[in-house]
Amino acid sequence: MALFKSSKSVIRDIEEYIDKIDQGGLLFKKGIVDYLDEREKSFQDVLLSIRKEEGKADTLRRKIENELYLHSLLPEHRGDLMRLLEKMDDIMDLMKENLYQFDVEEPTVPEEIHDDFKRLADLSISAVEELLPAVRVYFTDPKAVKDRLHRVYFYEKETDKLALEIKRSIFKKIPNLRQSQKIHLRYFTLHIENVSDAAEVVADILTIMAIKRIQ
Amino acid sequence: MILLFLSSGLFLGWSLGANDAANIFGSAVGTKMVKFRTAAIIASIFVIMGAVIQGSGAAHTLGKLGQVNALAGSFTVALSAAITVLFMTKYRLPVSTSQAIVGAIIGWNFYTGNPTDHNSLTKIVSTWIFAPILGGIFAVILYQLQKVVIERSKIHLIKLDSFLRTGLLIVGAFGAYSLGANNIANVMGVFIDAAPTGDLTFGFLKLTGIQQLFLLGASSIAIGIITYSKKIMSTVGNKLFALSTEAALVVVLAHSLVLFVFSSQGLSDAVQSIGLPAIPLVPVSSSQAIIGAILGIGLLKGGKEIKLDVMGGIAIGWITTPIAAGVITFFSLFFMEHVFVLQVQDTETKIELSQSNDIKTAQGDKDYKTVQAKN
Repeated sequence: MALFKSSKSVIRDIEEYIDKIDQGGLLFKKGIVDYLDEREKSFQDVLLSIRKEEGKADTLRRKIENELYLHSLLPEHRGDLMRLLEKMDDIMDLMKENLYQFDVEEPTVPEEIHDDFKRLADLSISAVEELLPAVRVYFTDPKAVKDRLHRVYFYEKETDKLALEIKRSIFKKIPNLRQSQKIHLRYFTLHIENVSDAAEVVADILTIMAIKRIQ
Repeated sequence: MILLFLSSGLFLGWSLGANDAANIFGSAVGTKMVKFRTAAIIASIFVIMGAVIQGSGAAHTLGKLGQVNALAGSFTVALSAAITVLFMTKYRLPVSTSQAIVGAIIGWNFYTGNPTDHNSLTKIVSTWIFAPILGGIFAVILYQLQKVVIERSKIHLIKLDSFLRTGLLIVGAFGAYSLGANNIANVMGVFIDAAPTGDLTFGFLKLTGIQQLFLLGASSIAIGIITYSKKIMSTVGNKLFALSTEAALVVVLAHSLVLFVFSSQGLSDAVQSIGLPAIPLVPVSSSQAIIGAILGIGLLKGGKEIKLDVMGGIAIGWITTPIAAGVITFFSLFFMEHVFVLQVQDTETKIELSQSNDIKTAQGDKDYKTVQAKN
């Protein structure tokens, strides 16, 4: 009975962990919009919230890992699962770090690319948002994982395309930008783009994990 | 004195416990799904239960193959089988205690000039071939069934893990029961003449003489499990099952069913009652039933994982094990008789083969011992 109890607790923790990543994505999008729209107070609230959520996600991940080892759960899949959770943690870390970089470095984003920046954050987070149901379904129906992951790859590509467009605008289209400012903006474009890349890494791991379960 | 002679059978039981428990719990312990301590306790209890409750069926067939009727002869037969198992295990050759004991009994028949019941021999040898095949068939059916159930139920992986873990314990208990029921004949079959004649009563529990003998033999298997199977479970068991936990569960269940089928008098009677031929109650190789089940799943998955050398090893084992045991027994009996001047057969009795093919093995029924007719 203790075994079934600990299983239930781990299932609940995994679900909660996924929820935290989801909330992190929402906060990230809101944070970018607040920064660009110069809503300082709201932006600071978002920073505080994402830091809290990231902390909670970290605690949950450690708890799940401890439970898995303590009760020797999933010996066959444990290694893969831990890697998956750690790579998902990278997404959360990236989102938090990015917002803090905006706070610390205060990049000056020209008005012309405000919408593009918001759309970039939206697309990048869409990749994460499409990833999370695939992670959930891996546990119950591994065959359905592939059907969901193609959307992650789609949004990742779309993010890449838009990031390239933004960089082109920064370096070629927008006048009166200093070289240092261009490079600074390029980094921020890259930072946002990296979130979808991290989602893609998790999607790749998940694909292999699902294949292993189907075989 | 009797205990001294029984020691070879107990040694054979110990090595059987040490080796064959890995077939049942190797995967679970190797992958740390089940603790060794839990596995050893469950295996020990159920192996004893299987031997005492259902052990006489397979012993009966062995008895028909050759009625080793002197204690020194029984000692030599069991010792030779144990030496064969030990020797072949040392050189990593596939070995089965069932095949070793059969070879050893035939060796005794040859040495003493007693006839070998060809009907029983054919029954036993054909079962050796059918056991892995049946193991494979059971595994394929169970694996497909399990796959459909898991897919349709959409059970959470972690919940599934808990169910599989519980399943491994239940199936392991069944496996240990079947191992005791089927393989106790290998360990104690040749000592049936030495069984106590009186019944032993513990409250509502009554043990016949043969059941007492089987209890002793099964205890040696249990000691083998507790003292020496840990290493084998964690290494050999794990190597043998390069399979998923789901597949491992199926493999152990298929193996247990094979052993159960070839030792259940009730099932044999049920099959006969619907007009089908009786199931021969024969000691089969636990390892080969497992390998058959693994091969079955291997074939189901396209046959890429099937190792031809393993299959070749099984086939060679079918021939080499009984021959080696027979030859060792023959020379050991000569040694016993002429060097230690021990009586390896009761010359007062001559064995008459049972004319009937009916298998009559009610628990504790010692009737089959009386197939010997005084000359």
